Amino acid sequence: MSNQTRKFKGGVHPNDSKALSKDKPIQDAPLLESYKVIMHQNIGAPPELVVKKGDVVKKGDLLAKAGGFVSVPLHAPTSGTIKMIDKCPGPTGMSVPSIEITADGEDEWGAPFVPMSDWKNTEPKMLKQRVWDAGIVGMGGAGFPAHVKLSPPEGKTIDTLILNGAECEPYLTADHRLMLEQAEDVALGAAIIARILGLETAVIGVENNKPDAIQALEKVAGKYGVTVQGLPVNYPQGAEKQLIYAITGREVPIGKLPMDVHCVVQNVASAVAIADAVVKGRPSIERITTITGKSVVNPGNWRLRLGTPVEKALEFVGGVNEQPAKLLLGGPMMGIAQSSLGVTVMKNTSGILLISRDEVSQYSSDPCIRCGRCVEVCPMSILPATISQAVENKRFDWAEELNVMACIECGSCSYVCPSRRPLNQHFKRAKIEIQAELRKKK
Amino acid sequence: MSETETTPTIQLPDPAELIVSNSPHIRDNHNIKKIMFTVVLSLLPACLAGIWFFGFAALKVLLLTTVSCVVLEEGWNKLAKKPSTWKDGSAMVTGILLGMNLNAGVPWWVCVLGAVLAIILAKQLFGGLGYNPFNPALVARVGLLIGLPEIMTTWNVPTAGKMMADVTTAATPLGEGVKNGVFSLGDLFAGNVGGCIGETSVVALLVGGALLLYFKLIKWQIPVAYIGSVFAITGVAYLIHPETMHSPVYHVLSGGLLLGAFFMATDMVTSPMTHKGMLIFGLGCGVMTSAIRLWGAYPEGVSFSILFMNALTPLIDRSTISKPFGYVTPGKGGAE
Repeated sequence: MSNQTRKFKGGVHPNDSKALSKDKPIQDAPLLESYKVIMHQNIGAPPELVVKKGDVVKKGDLLAKAGGFVSVPLHAPTSGTIKMIDKCPGPTGMSVPSIEITADGEDEWGAPFVPMSDWKNTEPKMLKQRVWDAGIVGMGGAGFPAHVKLSPPEGKTIDTLILNGAECEPYLTADHRLMLEQAEDVALGAAIIARILGLETAVIGVENNKPDAIQALEKVAGKYGVTVQGLPVNYPQGAEKQLIYAITGREVPIGKLPMDVHCVVQNVASAVAIADAVVKGRPSIERITTITGKSVVNPGNWRLRLGTPVEKALEFVGGVNEQPAKLLLGGPMMGIAQSSLGVTVMKNTSGILLISRDEVSQYSSDPCIRCGRCVEVCPMSILPATISQAVENKRFDWAEELNVMACIECGSCSYVCPSRRPLNQHFKRAKIEIQAELRKKK
Repeated sequence: MSETETTPTIQLPDPAELIVSNSPHIRDNHNIKKIMFTVVLSLLPACLAGIWFFGFAALKVLLLTTVSCVVLEEGWNKLAKKPSTWKDGSAMVTGILLGMNLNAGVPWWVCVLGAVLAIILAKQLFGGLGYNPFNPALVARVGLLIGLPEIMTTWNVPTAGKMMADVTTAATPLGEGVKNGVFSLGDLFAGNVGGCIGETSVVALLVGGALLLYFKLIKWQIPVAYIGSVFAITGVAYLIHPETMHSPVYHVLSGGLLLGAFFMATDMVTSPMTHKGMLIFGLGCGVMTSAIRLWGAYPEGVSFSILFMNALTPLIDRSTISKPFGYVTPGKGGAE
């Protein structure tokens, strides 16, 4: 493992706005009267419901079991009664199936899993099963089932485990606080994942704008055989492919996965969830979320149960001073804008962010003046301006030829565009159209 | 309802007023207007030098072309029922560049005619800003040069500092053969020579070019490849025929080369977007310019060269697409 960090090509430097919440210790949210847990929280197959209306559940009890290999189970965030199995607003704006639990106020654990305190001598297979049983997904945003990443198919060898602590999105500080306050859990999680993969070591990559987190991790790293690597501050440093390049110098081929370059990447919050699942026997029922924004009265980092409505989360932080322009789940570069306060916290909700009116201008886009700024910043070295014109002319074949499928949707091109063209939106559309065309051919 | 009653003091966002749109949700503060006005700022030194050397006549030409371009742009928008665009500054830049490409002694109607060629023919008929394949100011200059050769090749004698001086006409540095006397490099550097308003003062153009580079509005590739190749080619010619050829330094400092290399060839809309493409573009301009200067019928070839390379820009862009991150050569497959 070389300690030389490479700088990926391109990237942007938005104002990180992390000062609002980076010094706020993680707080435990008070217990609510009810939770609406969104059923499908992972990439892949939705889980299958195992409870019905009126059932009494304890905290951590199974609500739904995995609906296939690329799927994870879902557990009750608190003890109570299943009030309704209904629909609630989902993060993409559509109504999605959800399970509403009326809390009994006891918050009493059921009988989740037997703690594996002797994990060092537990078979890797058992550890991996625990990761799956606990319903752990990539908590950085994608929500990809963690156990799938830990199951490289026959013939694929893994030699590097990377924990993603870059947190390159502006405003978000949840991972920062987690690494600072629970450095030991992060390192423990890393060591457990390393054991599952048959590795001796792991690298935790952290952007250099979090020196306190790096310091905290370095203090405990040696004990768990992991190393900490500072990374240049450059958005999107936390994008999987850019992170792998920065740490190993390997380029993940377009259309391939990290395991194709012998790497596994897990988010630091996922690592802590894995440590909790193995050592404490706890399923994934909560996460740390940054609730922030210039209009938020008291921005902070909160440990929230799954199914916490955004409306309640905003009450925890004292509400707002003024009407914001946008409500986002996630960060300002890749987060999803919401139209309802009824959407609830999921396993990948890294941030609840209110963007102020002075930060978004309602703009109309001008023609491309071919200034080339998008080409300069594209971390995937594609030509956003040209692809965008192809999409405008519905030439998806041309967009494909120009490698639109390599786009990681980081939004850097749209960020810098002086004509404020909806570049990222064009690429998302092109990808959908191209995939639809592929399916038709099949 | 009961929930809001229990927490009456907390103000929550009104969901009805939330904007839903695609990511990213923040943008940096660049826009076309900012870019264009920075270009205007970078053009100012050369304009001021032109006014210093050619007097109020130069100021009159610059004002006429700029106002004509802006008025024509807006007039066209009105007629075509298109949204107003004059405030974006692009017509202003075209107007200033057009004025800089004219002799201070041209009649007023040449300025207006040039503006019509630039804004209507070269820009709006192609769809407006961003869609014009050729640099509008250069289309106008070349159009006028071909249509009105007499007027366009008569040059005022510089009268440094004398704003109202009587106008006499003179030769340009490149118009004269080596034998009929060469301008001193000092005069070339300052701009105390005959020529277009904005092309004579080397020092002012260098300041402007440095501003463009500083504000990251142009990349070094085009000016360096352009000027470098002219220097190299005229240098070789000079080595072979030192008695009949101007020196390469003289070539670089005279004529419209610096104005062209920093301000015209680098026009975002009409030059390539890839770094490799920019090098090819600059090199092509340099080869063409040298060829016209050394062997062509015209003493100067900057405008023709840039327009010719403008035509090749789409082709250059297409053939210089860089390999994406993680690109796998087809057929090679794996990640190994």
